[in-house]
Amino acid sequence: MLLLVLADNYLLMFVGWEGVGLCSYLLIGFWYEDHYNAYAGRKAFVVNRIGDYGFSLGMLLLFAVYGTLKYDVIFSQAAHGVGVWALGAVTLLLFVGATGKSAQIPLYVWLPDAMAGPTPVSALIHAATMVTAGVYMVVRSHVLYLLAPDTMLVVASIGVFTAIFAASIALVNNDIKRVLAYSTISQLGYMFVGAGVGAFAAGIFHLMTHAFFKALLFLGAGSVMHALSGETDMRKMGGLKDKLPVTYWTFLMATLAISGVPLFSGFFSKDEILWQAFISPHGSFWIWLIGVIAAGFTAFYMFRLVYLTFHGKSRVPPELAHHVHESPPVMTIPLSILAVLAVVGGYVGVPKVLGGGQHFERFLEPVFARNAEELIGHLPHHSASLELTVMLISVIVAFTGIGIAYLFYMKRPDLPVALAARFRGIYTLLLNKYYVDEIYNALIVQPIFHLSNSFLWKVFDVKIVDGLVNGVAALVERTAQRLRRTETGLVQNYALGFLVGVVLIVGYYLVK
Amino acid sequence: MNDFTPVLLMFLFVAFLVLFMLGLSLLLGPKKKSAVKGEPFETGMVPFELPGDRFSIRFYVIALLFIVFDVELVFLFPWAAVFRQLGWFGFAEMLVFIVILALGLIYAWKKGALEWE
Amino acid sequence: MSLTIPTVNLAAIGPELALTVGALILLLLSLGRYRRSTGLLLAVALGSLAVAFALVIAAWKAPVEAFAGSVALDRFAVGFSLAILSAATLTVLLSLNELERSYLLLADYYGLVLFATVGMLFLASATSLVMVFVGLETLSISLYVLAGQRRTQASSLEAALKYFLLGAFATGFFLYGVALIYGATGTLQLREIGTYVGTHGIFGSPLFAFGVLLLLIGFGFKIAVVPFHMWTPDVYQGAPTPVSGFMAAGSKAAAFAALVRIVFVAVGPTVVNWTALLWVLAVLTMFVGNVLAVVQDNVKRMLAYSSIAHAGYILVAIVAANDLTNSSVIFYVLTYTFMNVGAFGVLSALASRDKEALDVHELSGVGYQKPLLGLAMAIFMFSLAGVPPTAGFMAKFYVFSAAVKAGYIWLAILGVVAAMISVYYYLRVVVYLYMREPDGETTAWPRLVPAVGVALGVAVLAILGMGVWPGSVMGMLRQAAALL
Repeated sequence: MLLLVLADNYLLMFVGWEGVGLCSYLLIGFWYEDHYNAYAGRKAFVVNRIGDYGFSLGMLLLFAVYGTLKYDVIFSQAAHGVGVWALGAVTLLLFVGATGKSAQIPLYVWLPDAMAGPTPVSALIHAATMVTAGVYMVVRSHVLYLLAPDTMLVVASIGVFTAIFAASIALVNNDIKRVLAYSTISQLGYMFVGAGVGAFAAGIFHLMTHAFFKALLFLGAGSVMHALSGETDMRKMGGLKDKLPVTYWTFLMATLAISGVPLFSGFFSKDEILWQAFISPHGSFWIWLIGVIAAGFTAFYMFRLVYLTFHGKSRVPPELAHHVHESPPVMTIPLSILAVLAVVGGYVGVPKVLGGGQHFERFLEPVFARNAEELIGHLPHHSASLELTVMLISVIVAFTGIGIAYLFYMKRPDLPVALAARFRGIYTLLLNKYYVDEIYNALIVQPIFHLSNSFLWKVFDVKIVDGLVNGVAALVERTAQRLRRTETGLVQNYALGFLVGVVLIVGYYLVK
Repeated sequence: MNDFTPVLLMFLFVAFLVLFMLGLSLLLGPKKKSAVKGEPFETGMVPFELPGDRFSIRFYVIALLFIVFDVELVFLFPWAAVFRQLGWFGFAEMLVFIVILALGLIYAWKKGALEWE
Repeated sequence: MSLTIPTVNLAAIGPELALTVGALILLLLSLGRYRRSTGLLLAVALGSLAVAFALVIAAWKAPVEAFAGSVALDRFAVGFSLAILSAATLTVLLSLNELERSYLLLADYYGLVLFATVGMLFLASATSLVMVFVGLETLSISLYVLAGQRRTQASSLEAALKYFLLGAFATGFFLYGVALIYGATGTLQLREIGTYVGTHGIFGSPLFAFGVLLLLIGFGFKIAVVPFHMWTPDVYQGAPTPVSGFMAAGSKAAAFAALVRIVFVAVGPTVVNWTALLWVLAVLTMFVGNVLAVVQDNVKRMLAYSSIAHAGYILVAIVAANDLTNSSVIFYVLTYTFMNVGAFGVLSALASRDKEALDVHELSGVGYQKPLLGLAMAIFMFSLAGVPPTAGFMAKFYVFSAAVKAGYIWLAILGVVAAMISVYYYLRVVVYLYMREPDGETTAWPRLVPAVGVALGVAVLAILGMGVWPGSVMGMLRQAAALL
């Protein structure tokens, strides 16, 4: 991951990119004896391959156009208008890579399954590595993206669509880790929205705050699972607040942060993105609107999670209930540290309108502003009141989400059931994750599998590839058997061979 | 086509000629084999030893030693001719040479190279 | 009549002098009652080698040229000399195993090894064709005798005789070449020949061109270039095992030193026709060597073919004839010395008076019965095959990158293909060492002689060291590219 971030050219970045992918694959499949875990690891790997293919194609195209893969050379040339015609394709291909790694539509399917891995691994993958690589890559290449406005639109649209899509799935899912997984996908969608509307600094800012609270959420979930001997179904939890105080409080901090409650870190970063989406020339009202709705969803499902897990009556099976316990310090201390970060992490980027210094944006300014100003000019100035209004709307939406969650799962637990019954179709659709896995399986996986099985393996691999390899080996062997007859062991023959060599060499030069 | 191409052509011609003549006699010559014709011819004497017999290794050893001292002499004569000009330097050099040779002789002697039996 | 005595600078031949004195002492010792005291003989041999080492290293700082331009102990010569002296030292130590001690006349044997080393060193530093010839003969005659040291074994005697006959044959060509060159140029000094080529061109006179070709043929025999390679398997197989390693590494290093010097100083590297010939020879050598090695069951014979192939790799660098040539050849030769002498050393360490494990099947399971020897052998094999992080990989890398840099991309590709063939038979040995059950009754392997263990350890460390830190070695050798 460090290699990925520190690289100064696409090739080295790709090496880091692949390294991250490989390690994640191995970590997800850590408990490889379990068939399902191994399957999840494989799925992550294969889906990522598709994305990586896009990345490498984009890289090759870049190299073909610019003759180099170094950022600074490419960027400065592109900024001067060299090879702009190719940038649309390049950026799209690179974005395909990003969707694979950062789990965006249509390549997000691996991430929920990746929950099969150990929970700290999930935290690591979601918070720090792997999924953020795509965002980083897009932001890193912002010069190229700015020169390809169509791609920007694609990025922003996919981002916001992913955000609401994943959030809607998370609304009904019952597996604590899967909810968090979909939430990650959704949050990554936000980051891409940020990147897609030209608010790169905001995207990275959200990436950072997200890292804090998502790691915290996962570790908290891990702590819960630890207490419940590995149970991940929220329907079998509840009322854990008193038994797991540290976990509860830290978890709550993260939830508040991710829900966009003011003064918590997620609020600042998410709001920055939404604001930029609203005003940026690359953004639009619709993107903003969907983003806000997704934010509402987020608030809802996160509090649903909290309420189901920690509040209400305990639904823990009795045989587990008696040894529910708080995790040891080795787990709670990291939780506490992350909780502090989740709360205050946003203060490095408090927007101007709230009297903040936008330190984070300043920090990244040398990277982004120079090119951005060159390319899109100064952002139109908007009044502080508009910004505050927009902010207020998202705050209201967030609280609405929280309120609904409270209503559904604390006050009237019968309501969600009734709703589910009422909107049976939608509920089933959501619960089954829009059947995306099944669709992929039918449309893509099965045909490829059959092709591989019938042709690629039995004909191409066995007959042609193996045949070629074995044929070469046999050829070498046969040649050797012929040649070894020249070694007669008779000195006269050796001398004769020597002489023939001399005659050939000298003769060659004689004739010339 | 360079200066040596005629030489090559001549080589080829010679090779052809030799093979041609040998082949001709092989084809045309009368062949009658008999025991007498197969015997080695030693100026009319009856051979008392097969020609393939091995010589004693000692001949080689003696021959080798002889060559060594022969060559030493070849070196010594010109050295002696210009001895005055070479001075002490030349003397020392030749001394070293002879000492090394003497060491070789001692080695050969001790190893029994000079014994005939 | 007046005589000018050429400048005598013994420093230029200091290493050779040290070794000669050591060899003479050994010959004298062989006559007296000390001829069986291994320790004393070993001390004398190692002592003179150590002095030679010191003198060679001293010459790195202060290169010298002497004897009217016949000998130049420059950095180039120092580089090769280090390889040669390493080969000699390892051979001296490795010869102390049980089998060889049962029939070797150790004093004479060490004497001959030292004499051969003297010849090799002369080849490395010779700057006149006469000195090249003297070195070549000193080396060859000593090796003829060394090849026949197992006097009771027919195969050893056969090896010696074959080597001698064909060697004499090749020497004839070499000498004829020298004569022709002298006839054409009127000089034997490499530099003056270079001046001649500069004004007349290599094909300026047919006489000279033939001389160069014959010279090449003479060297071709020594470094076992196809089609002058036929003697190699028989000789290496029959000779005492440490001697085979010494022949392969030492004489190859020496002959390549002289060949490179002649190519660069006298003939001029960029003559198109000359490189075309070397190109063909290099490819032939790599492929014939590797392909034939594939079907060998006898490990010694396999190593002999492998040594042919390695000569081909080194030729690749000479074909390249650019600024990388010298350093990459020296690096290769140095590496080859350690891995090849080491591999033969392991084989000889496994041989006892009753039994010599030469067939690859006999090595089954040795990796477990003799873990250290097995490990050493595996490392030598990996290095010969060119697997990172061993020095063998870096050596091949440098050689091929020299070719690529000179634009001989196809040559480099063919070289890599040939090297891929070679992986088969090297790894086959490793497979037998570790993955096959020993067949039949368990063999009682001989005890490892300490000196042999030390030598093998040094070789392994050298290979790994040069493989892991090739840059620093290469940096030194870059400076060795400068010929005097």
